[in-house]
Amino acid sequence: MLRTNPISGDFLQLQKEIQAYADEFGLDYFPQVFEMCNYDTINILAANGGFPIRYPHWKFGMDYDQLSKGYRFGIQKIYEMVINTNPCYAYLLEVNNWLDQKLVMAHVYGHNDFFKNNAWFSNTNRKMMDVMANHGTKIRRYMEKYGQERVERFIDKALSIENLLDINYLFETNDVIQSRKSKEDLARREDENGGYVFDDRSSALKSFMRGQDKIQKPEELSEEEFASAVVAEEDVGKGERDIMRFLIQHAPIEEWEADIIGCLREEAYYFLPQRITKIMNEGWASYWHSTIMTTRAMNSNEFVDFADKHAGVMVMSKQNINPYKVGIELYRDIEFRWNTGRFGKDYNECESLEEKESWNKNLGLGRDKIFEVRKSHNDISFIDEFLTPEFCNRQQLFTYKYNPRSGRMEIDSRDFEAIKQKLLTQLTNFGQPIIEVDDANFMNRKELLLKHVHQGVDLDMQFASETMKNIFAIWKRPVNLGTKYEDKEVIFHFDGKELKHLNK
Amino acid sequence: MDHPIKRDHARFRKIVKGKVRDNLRKYVSQGQQIIPKGDDKFTVPMPSIDIPRFKFGDKSEGGSGQGEGQPGDPVEGEPGEGQPGQGEAGEGEGQKELEVEMDIEELAKILGEELELPNIEPKGKKQMASTVDKYTSIGTVGPDSLKHLKRTYKQALKRQMATGIYDPKNPRVIPIRGDYRYRSADTKVEMENAAVVIYMMDVSGSMGEEQKEIVRTESFWINLWLKSQYKDIEMRYIIHDATAKEVDEETFFRTRESGGTLISSAFKLCKHIIDTDYDPNEWNIYPFHFSDGDNWSADDTKMCMSLLDDSILPSSNMFCYGQVESRYGSGQFYKDLNSRYQKDHDKVILSKIKNKEAILDSIKDFLGKGK
Repeated sequence: MLRTNPISGDFLQLQKEIQAYADEFGLDYFPQVFEMCNYDTINILAANGGFPIRYPHWKFGMDYDQLSKGYRFGIQKIYEMVINTNPCYAYLLEVNNWLDQKLVMAHVYGHNDFFKNNAWFSNTNRKMMDVMANHGTKIRRYMEKYGQERVERFIDKALSIENLLDINYLFETNDVIQSRKSKEDLARREDENGGYVFDDRSSALKSFMRGQDKIQKPEELSEEEFASAVVAEEDVGKGERDIMRFLIQHAPIEEWEADIIGCLREEAYYFLPQRITKIMNEGWASYWHSTIMTTRAMNSNEFVDFADKHAGVMVMSKQNINPYKVGIELYRDIEFRWNTGRFGKDYNECESLEEKESWNKNLGLGRDKIFEVRKSHNDISFIDEFLTPEFCNRQQLFTYKYNPRSGRMEIDSRDFEAIKQKLLTQLTNFGQPIIEVDDANFMNRKELLLKHVHQGVDLDMQFASETMKNIFAIWKRPVNLGTKYEDKEVIFHFDGKELKHLNK
Repeated sequence: MDHPIKRDHARFRKIVKGKVRDNLRKYVSQGQQIIPKGDDKFTVPMPSIDIPRFKFGDKSEGGSGQGEGQPGDPVEGEPGEGQPGQGEAGEGEGQKELEVEMDIEELAKILGEELELPNIEPKGKKQMASTVDKYTSIGTVGPDSLKHLKRTYKQALKRQMATGIYDPKNPRVIPIRGDYRYRSADTKVEMENAAVVIYMMDVSGSMGEEQKEIVRTESFWINLWLKSQYKDIEMRYIIHDATAKEVDEETFFRTRESGGTLISSAFKLCKHIIDTDYDPNEWNIYPFHFSDGDNWSADDTKMCMSLLDDSILPSSNMFCYGQVESRYGSGQFYKDLNSRYQKDHDKVILSKIKNKEAILDSIKDFLGKGK
């Protein structure tokens, strides 16, 4: 099953060379492992989100199908694959030429540095390869026990809520660390008591089991205590955006089902930082492959090829901003501004255009600044803080929207504020609708009321109703969704048979 | 051993096939959805097999892009398209419309199962037996390279349990000579056989685009089925109004003539083709005729019947007539054929195709007899 080979010979030499440049520029990275593989293997890895082993599910097969076809027909080709682990694994495609490999290696060191240093990645599990493999084994075992069809059907349902995450959970504030510590202590005590000895259960499952325990021991409570506990339940989950966690703890599901949601949740949170730093991460890696190649690694006879490859990556698109392009340019802009001192009160309040045009304080702070930026920002704060009107102008950014009169998409505006607003809206909540629990005992009938925090764009109701069906299958009571649809406040209600809407 | 993703892939294919089966009626009635692609392969468009999630609907909100142009200039393509650059470890969205490749056997199998079509028993002397060896069975002797380990150990386990040597506490299974199992070849006899399908269609003025579309779709599925049944198959196409001529497939579906209709002209040409190219003793012959049921005169209809009786029917496996309903057609030809052949001739199959939804049933009429 081993389909990748460690690089050797000339490639190791090349890695040494590139790594020396990375050191010289002060990149701070995990130990880097390059492996060589053929296109079929890289397609497998890509379909698996970069990991050699995942849990069994047809969606990986579907992605693999698409990727293989894309490669076969020459529509798309994956150059490289790098995953956020320690040591950091990256896969090289064996058919790539020498220059490609060089460029990819330099690019990978950029990603590696970003994984290690960006704050939003600080809590990702760097041993994710093992975790993924364990999830695979576990779910395979459940399939043997409960039947493939049944488990697969449940995974289908659970995947429907895979994007309902709470970004804030990426950060452990002191509070969170405290409460996690106390939970771990509790878990340890339980272990010692012989309560829960199987350690391969996800942590989410453990808290689920504690939850079940509480429900199952009402006789320990006096009548009064029980009543107050029930009252307190009215607020259960209100405002919770981590729907997966909410369902693990409160849905009437079996232990193995809770465990599966727990696995999927852990994996979803692992990938989340990459989804909220796409521009920064790709921009950073591109900045470094460009810098290392053009100032160090490239031979003069490779120049044209490099320019061609680099331009291919940087291509601008009218339908969408290219994260590689906008990212690298924004870093370069920041570097330039901090080198010349074009920031702060003096510069901003300067009214002479001429003076601004030639502003140069020779501060030389650029490099330091971008290292600092890559440490503490995500895409939203990156755009919010560093996008400038001059930048938008230079980069020819625009917004577009549908014109009902001509029946086509048209360029709408090149106004700075409009562009910034559009970009921020697109990036909010990693481009996913914000859904939170509003009431876990809606209508006092144990119905679930979810709230879509409407920020200007309606949900796709076709998809939403299918999703509600799947949540119903987990919650086992009617599921409601409060949202705004075509400018009206509505509550959609799914009772297991059909979707109705109750007007507010 | 294969990578586990191959199992995911197989599972995905199975789900897809299930979807195609569920939607067969839709695929058939909507005509050109299934696109032939090279030799014996087809692409089937697949509406969402994707996992539903809460997502934003309204694409008219637009997005942001980069490039030249003034406000008001069009932005081609859909938002989200044209995502350039390298692929990153992707846990992203970006699902495109799914297209699935299926080969002719898979598709024919689905059609066959769905319509409960019997397999055809070919006739003719051209049935030459050829043998093919396939490693599908298990033997007790063979070379080491064909040793089947799983079966060997199973056998050893059975023996140990039967003789009471097996100890669950120390589950050691040791095969002895007699336990060894080997893959062995089964010799299969496959018949060489050949078939020809002769399509005839009325292209007179009364047959409109919609009618032709129905014929085209129907012939696609008939071809598909017959191709899966015969090793060697040929298609011939005849169009006619008052006169008939042989054309290629492209022209067959494109041509539109005006003028009258003499069905006998097509039957004559059909007879001619059979006589010159296809010896009924060696070929399975399938003449199909599609029209809207109008013939010029009763005399011509009579001539048609005698052509059928004297030459076409004796040499064919069956003769199929599909009547496509049109605004102008009288449908008289169906009635005539029906009154003549319905009772006592099982080689003549008649089917009325009212609209696209009726195609599937009509295919069943034609192919349901297993001839």
